[in-house]
Formats: sequence, C-alpha cells, structure tokens
Amino acid sequence: MSMEIIYGMPLFLIAALSVIVLLVDAFTGKNKAVAYYFSIISLLAVAVSAAISLNTNIPKSGFDTTITGNNITFGGYAAFFDIIFSLAGVMTIFASKPYMKREFKEYKEYYSLVMFAVAGMIMVSHANSMLMLFIGIELMSFSFYVLAGFIRTRITAVESSLKYFLLGSFASGFLVYGIAMIYGATGSMILPDILNKITTGNFDITYLKVGFALMLVGLAFKAAAFPFHQWAPDVYHGAPTVSTGFMSTAGKAAALIAFVIVAKSVLPVNISVESVTSGSLELSKFTDSARMVIAVISAITMLIGNISALVQKNVKRMLAYSSVAHAGYLLMGIVANNQDGWAGIMFYATAYLFMQIGSFVIVGIIEQNNERMNFDDYTGLRKNHPWIAALMAIFMFSLAGIPPFAGFPGKYMLFVAAVESGYTWLTIIAVISSVISMYFYIGLVLTMYFKDNENGLIITDISSAKIPLAISFVFVFLLGILPGSLIDLAKSLF
Amino acid sequence: MLQSIPLEYYLIISAVIFIIGSIGVITRRNAIIIFMSIELMLNAVNLTLVSFSSFLGDVSGQIFVFFVMSVAAAEAAIGLAIILALFRSKQTIYVDEVNLLKW
Repeated sequence: MSMEIIYGMPLFLIAALSVIVLLVDAFTGKNKAVAYYFSIISLLAVAVSAAISLNTNIPKSGFDTTITGNNITFGGYAAFFDIIFSLAGVMTIFASKPYMKREFKEYKEYYSLVMFAVAGMIMVSHANSMLMLFIGIELMSFSFYVLAGFIRTRITAVESSLKYFLLGSFASGFLVYGIAMIYGATGSMILPDILNKITTGNFDITYLKVGFALMLVGLAFKAAAFPFHQWAPDVYHGAPTVSTGFMSTAGKAAALIAFVIVAKSVLPVNISVESVTSGSLELSKFTDSARMVIAVISAITMLIGNISALVQKNVKRMLAYSSVAHAGYLLMGIVANNQDGWAGIMFYATAYLFMQIGSFVIVGIIEQNNERMNFDDYTGLRKNHPWIAALMAIFMFSLAGIPPFAGFPGKYMLFVAAVESGYTWLTIIAVISSVISMYFYIGLVLTMYFKDNENGLIITDISSAKIPLAISFVFVFLLGILPGSLIDLAKSLF
Repeated sequence: MLQSIPLEYYLIISAVIFIIGSIGVITRRNAIIIFMSIELMLNAVNLTLVSFSSFLGDVSGQIFVFFVMSVAAAEAAIGLAIILALFRSKQTIYVDEVNLLKW
C-alpha cells in the first residue's frame, strides 16, 4: 500500500463515511441511536487518521501521487485542520441531539448533513488545486444552506436559509469566475504550478488582477468580511443555534484556510530579486496593493462587527456580529502574508472555534421555542445555574481576549504578525476594536452575575450538550495557559 | 476556424453575460428569477473557462466546467427545496416580503 493512501486517509474516510451514514440512516428506521453514534465514531476515526499523518514530513518530490494527481496536499496544516473540523462536527452532533429533540424533532439526516459539511471543509484544507478548493467550498456551503433551514416549519429558519442560499450562490459565481480568470492568467489549475508561473513571470498580469479581485469577493463573502457581511447576522440569528455554532466557527475556519491557500500561491512572498524586470516590479506592486485592500477590509470588518454588536439586545445576534468581527481579526494573518501570520490564523481559528461553539451551545441550552435569547433573559443565571454562568463568563472573557484564556495568545500572535509586516495602523485599529468589544462581552457577564431576577430561568434539558461544553472549556483553558506547544506546531506546519 | 476569432471576444461576451446575471440578481424580487440569474452567471463562467482552455491548449479548464455544471445541478435541487419550504410557510416567493430578520 502506498504512503499516499495512508496520508490521504482522512479525506477518503470522510468521503466514504459521510455517504455510509446516510445509508445507515436509511436502513435503521426508527432507531435513531445507530446513526447518531455511527456519525460520532466516524468523525473520531477521521480525526485519528489525520493525527497519524500530522507530524510526518512529506517529501515534496518523489512522492507517488498516482491516485490523486497533484490535486491534494498531505499532512501538515491540512491534517491539523482535519482534526479541528472533525472535533467541531462531533461537538455539534452532541449538542444538537437534545436541542433538536426539544425545538423541532430529531431527524437523523441532520447528522449526515454535518458530516457532509465536514467533508467539504476537509477537502478545502487538503486542496492543492483550484478544482478541489471549489468543490470543497461548495460542498460545505450546500450543507450549510440546508442546516440553516433545518427547522423547516419555523419561518425565521427558512428565511435565513433562503438569504444564505441566494447570496451564497451569488458569491460562488464570483469565486468561480475568479478561478477562471486566474486559470486564464497562468494556464494551470494546480496551485504550486500557479505559484511557479507567477514567480517566473510566465503569466498575464491583467487577468491575474481581475481574477484575484473576483476571488477576493467570493472568499470575503464565505468568511463574512466587510462589504459582504450583511448576510451573516441574519443567517446566524435565524438558523437553529447548534447549526449557527457550527457554521460560524468551522465554516469560517474553512473559508480562512481557503484564503490562505489562495494567497500563498497568488501573492508570492518573496519575488526573485535577481530578475528585476518590469513584469516583476508590476507583480510586487500588485501584491502590495492586494495586501493593502485586504488590510482595509480587515480593519472595517472588525470595526463594523464590534460596533454593531454594541447595540444588540439579542445574545444570539450579538454573537453573530462578534463572529463578523472575528473574521476581521483572522484576516490580519492574510495581510501579514508570511508564516507567522498563517500560524496565527491557525491558532486563533482553533481557539475561536472552541470558545464560539461553547457560547452558542449555551445559548442553545437556554433558548426555548425561539424565545429566551435576549440579554434580559440571562439575568440571575448565576443563582439558578452557577456552572452554566461560569462557563459562559469564561467563553466571553476568551472572546474578548482576556488572559489566561485562549483568545489572548491568538490575538497576540495575529497582532504581532501584522506589526512585523509593517501594518502597525491595522494593529492599532484591531486593539481599539477589541476594547470596544469588551463592552458587550463583559456586559453579558455583568447581566448574568450582578442583576437579580425573582423568577430566574430554569434549564431543564442539558443531557449530551455537556460534552461539547466540557471539550470547549478544556481547550479554551489549555490553549490559554499553555499556548506554546500549539504555536510551535502551527509554525512548523506551514 | 475557431482560432480566427480572438480570445478577447469570448471573454467580453462572457463578461457581458455575467454582468447581466448579476444585475438580474440585484434588481429582481422573485426568488426563482434570482436563482435563474445566478445560473446565468455560472454559465458565463463556463464560457470563460472553455475559451481559455481552448486557447491555452490545456484540458483542465474543460474538466472544471463539468464540475461547475454538476455543482449547479446540486444547487438547483437545494435552492428549489428551500424556495418550496418558504412557499409552504409563507405563501410567497418574493424576497422583499421575507423580512422578519433585521437588526
């Protein structure tokens, strides 16, 4: 058996297992437990198979790729993100069983949809060609459209699904047009080939500029960054809370890793100095202006996300806007456009995934019949449910970036990466907007702890939602006090 | 014979179709027509891909077109299902009447 099969195992496993879950679902009839446990075990198997290939150094040449051609990268950051995405899927499935039972009805299709979305994300992280990238992003988005509208009798859920679908496929049009133009500029779909042609000056600069601009529109939409962020609050508000937690974290991480993959090959870091022709001068001008555009997008995204979150009365919508702001922070790593920036994205996406899924799971526990999501409903939570209140407070502190929780080292890495690449003004804006964000994150903590309510809310049904809360808590705490090992790992993988 | 028409002509016509599609998405209010405009945009992209592929003498662009077409088919299945769910609960498919979620 060739090494290719072992290293590509996460991808093959998730592709096969997500289809098998659908079949298991069809053949088990009324028994819901089989599909539930099967999907959890399959996602864990994917994570284990990714962990095997995580630390292997895969030779760049002489590696037999007869099955996959050059379309797939193995090991390294791709394997790391496989683990993260599978964990996010497991947490979502655990949290959604009690939520769906209470709010709607437990349909087993939900679990296979989560698995299809994870399959799409894993394809994105393994992408080594524009084709894989496109297929992965589309598979992920299609699953999200359905997950957003899964409670099909609830009008807000259907509305959010429709908005997500129409705007999402509009953005996909831009994305695929951008891919077509970059293909026309360089004559290749394989990303290393594209990089090679760009660094050797064997390409058409006009098509490349147009193509990158169009891809930027598509990817900015998928990551919910500034001019294309309006869908995010509506969709995240209307969708079932467990789906929102999944879409706004793992989906964002996948969009950002797609961004990294594209930026790595289209915006070359060091253009060869020995051949300073007019073409390479023009290319470096293009790279600089592209980074400047992304920097402006990033700055406006974090400001607009945090300022809009200030005035929200609804906790779910507040978290939706905060997720827009976090897209802005994550984009700083693309602006830095070097190993430190990408490692920062990797660390912060991981930290963000755990804290945001944790807080959405708590919102899902407290919510009932699409009600009980306002700040007022959280008053006196400390009295009735001290554990839930404490966990929510920890996630809020972490989202605000207060040490010793995971948000702090993540933000630190991204800010330092931006300063070192000469974007000090962007870091100043990022610090200002994190200070703004303190207001509403700490405001929620104050509401839970210092406002009393005679008839405080009673939570009845937590059951398996405890597991994602425990996982998030452990990681938020662990990454906060011992960030070193993950930082080193992240830097070694890119 | 194909080579006698310059590449730019194909690119211009597909850009025009793409822009018509985007204008349709922005101005129309009927969800089905918006959806058809999106399909028009994808077809414009297919034309770009095929013409680049033909002029570069590289087949991967045409393979990409097959994937875009199958993705568009999957998109149609999901999109029509969502529009149907909307119609069942709200008796309308006009997007400006779907406005529960704001601020």
